[in-house]
Amino acid sequence: MGAELGKYKSCVSARSTDKEILKGAQDGGIVTSLFAYALEAGIIDGAIVAGKGDLPWKPEPVVATTRAELLAARGTRYNISPNMSLIKEVTRSYGLDKVGIVGTPCQMQAVRKAQLYPFGLREVGDKIALAVGIFCMENFPYQSVLQLVEDHAAMKMESVKKMEIGKGKFWVFGERGQVVQLPLKVTHKYEQPGCHVCLDYVANMADISTGSVGSPDGWSTIFVRSKIGDSVWAKAMAAGCFETKPMETVKPGLELVTKLANEKISKNRKTLEERASFGTGKGLRNPYL
Amino acid sequence: MGLLSSVFKKNVSEEPPKPVAAPQKTDVAKKAETTTKEVKPVVDKITLGYTHLSGCTGCTVALADNYGGLLTLLDKYVDLKYMPTLADVRHIQQVDVAIVEGSVCIQDKLAVEEIKETRAKAAVVVALGGCAAYGNITRFARGGQQNQPQHESYLPIGDLIKVDVLIPGCAPTPEMIRNVAVMAYLLLKGTKEQKDLATAYLKPLMTMAAGCNAACACDIMTSVINQGLCMGCGSCAAACPVRAITMEFGKPNLNRDLCIKCGACVAQCPRGFFNTDVISEYEAINEAIMAALQ
Ligand code: SF4
Ligand code: SF4
Ligand code: SF4
Repeated sequence: MGAELGKYKSCVSARSTDKEILKGAQDGGIVTSLFAYALEAGIIDGAIVAGKGDLPWKPEPVVATTRAELLAARGTRYNISPNMSLIKEVTRSYGLDKVGIVGTPCQMQAVRKAQLYPFGLREVGDKIALAVGIFCMENFPYQSVLQLVEDHAAMKMESVKKMEIGKGKFWVFGERGQVVQLPLKVTHKYEQPGCHVCLDYVANMADISTGSVGSPDGWSTIFVRSKIGDSVWAKAMAAGCFETKPMETVKPGLELVTKLANEKISKNRKTLEERASFGTGKGLRNPYL
Repeated sequence: MGLLSSVFKKNVSEEPPKPVAAPQKTDVAKKAETTTKEVKPVVDKITLGYTHLSGCTGCTVALADNYGGLLTLLDKYVDLKYMPTLADVRHIQQVDVAIVEGSVCIQDKLAVEEIKETRAKAAVVVALGGCAAYGNITRFARGGQQNQPQHESYLPIGDLIKVDVLIPGCAPTPEMIRNVAVMAYLLLKGTKEQKDLATAYLKPLMTMAAGCNAACACDIMTSVINQGLCMGCGSCAAACPVRAITMEFGKPNLNRDLCIKCGACVAQCPRGFFNTDVISEYEAINEAIMAALQ
């Protein structure tokens, strides 16, 4: 294929040098550190992040304008946080001129569509100052996570300490130390259906994209993609926000990222092909045509 | 990539030489070189008309809200032939591109004549804004308004004439109007490569123009969720001008009573359309549009 990792200017393995951020981070604390730095340096006035919602493990898009608010939103929740829903409001009632946003690859696509085809988003596009994308194989609706945790893993949502997808399993860690692992075979059918036509694994349209895959435990893989991304990353590095290792020196490395990207993209291309006739001769809509 | 990256170089280079402030030495040098070779003659502009039917003038205001960008457009790319508000001439004339604001009241003979004449005299007809494109708020008309109480039936222009390009939204954004204007210029006056880019950019707007003339919050259900395509980004909720869409459990919740039928939500949805070839070049295209309007 060759295009599976998107365009990028540089790729490294990195982790935050901020002890406080690392402590509660899912992986290398990259997103929190980047936004915390960008806030401090005046690159952004605030960022749309997935904060805590009204139910345990339910994310809610929030606008973080302080380091404390960023810290409060750390961690991956494996269900949908519609961060784009705040993209206009953040420039209106929140009054931000320089907006940061973190999101899945599909949300990064939404950001770029918003900039190039702003049908209902007046004076929003040019205020997006830093878009950070996170690698994404698939996502779950909240009710699917509920189903997996309470039904399959037999745990209460409020007693879950951490969730993680890795090493081919869905891991649920309980407050009392119990660990349940579910094979991904079980979780697949609960995935968000819209994810099955998704052709982007590593957030090709972000300014900077990041995820744990490819890097050792506690580290994250980083793709610096756009001019904005390049400038912010260089400044953050100069400010000592991250320690890095060349991607070629880490295991499992870019090879694994490429492999997973290819797997996702080919699987979903096949889905799109099947949808074209759906076996019924009428077919379903293809958004890319 | 080659196609898109080279696209706006031409326009950029046609700008009058500016005091050199920025770095990027090579670019500046290149610019200066081409400027001396080629100065754009005024005859190269496209001609534009603006037909104003049953619309609230919000679309006109959105167009004007390009401020300096509008002046540059008029200066370099567009010859405004007629427009009731911003030009002295309101009589419909032969033009390359006619923009139409507002729907057509079929009880208003003049409006019907004007939409026919607009179509007959324009190579490209753009339905600007929810009313021209989909009927929008005028769909809710029931007549009874003084002093023409019999004016009660309003149709999107696409129900009466063939429309080429559609810009949904209420009001449409200044940026969309600007982008379409620049692309229309490239389509009609550009090089082969520029024409290709303009065609690629405008294609989804042409497809919409060829499609259904009714828009509703329901489109989010019928075209996206029912088709198994929604991934819960929330763009639709952000785009809606009347907050008819909220996100509940990661999916759009539609308050159809609030919806004014402007079409912004499904147009903004990345699963409504997503032309990867164009959008993945967002950086180059945005920069180029900005440079063209300097
Ligand atoms: S798999 Fe694709 S569509 Fe689903 S959440 Fe991830 S990026 Fe979005
Ligand atoms: S839901 Fe909102 S954006 Fe969509 S058509 Fe109705 S008014 Fe327009
Ligand atoms: S914009 Fe489209 S994909 Fe995003 S939440 Fe709305 S309907 Fe779903």
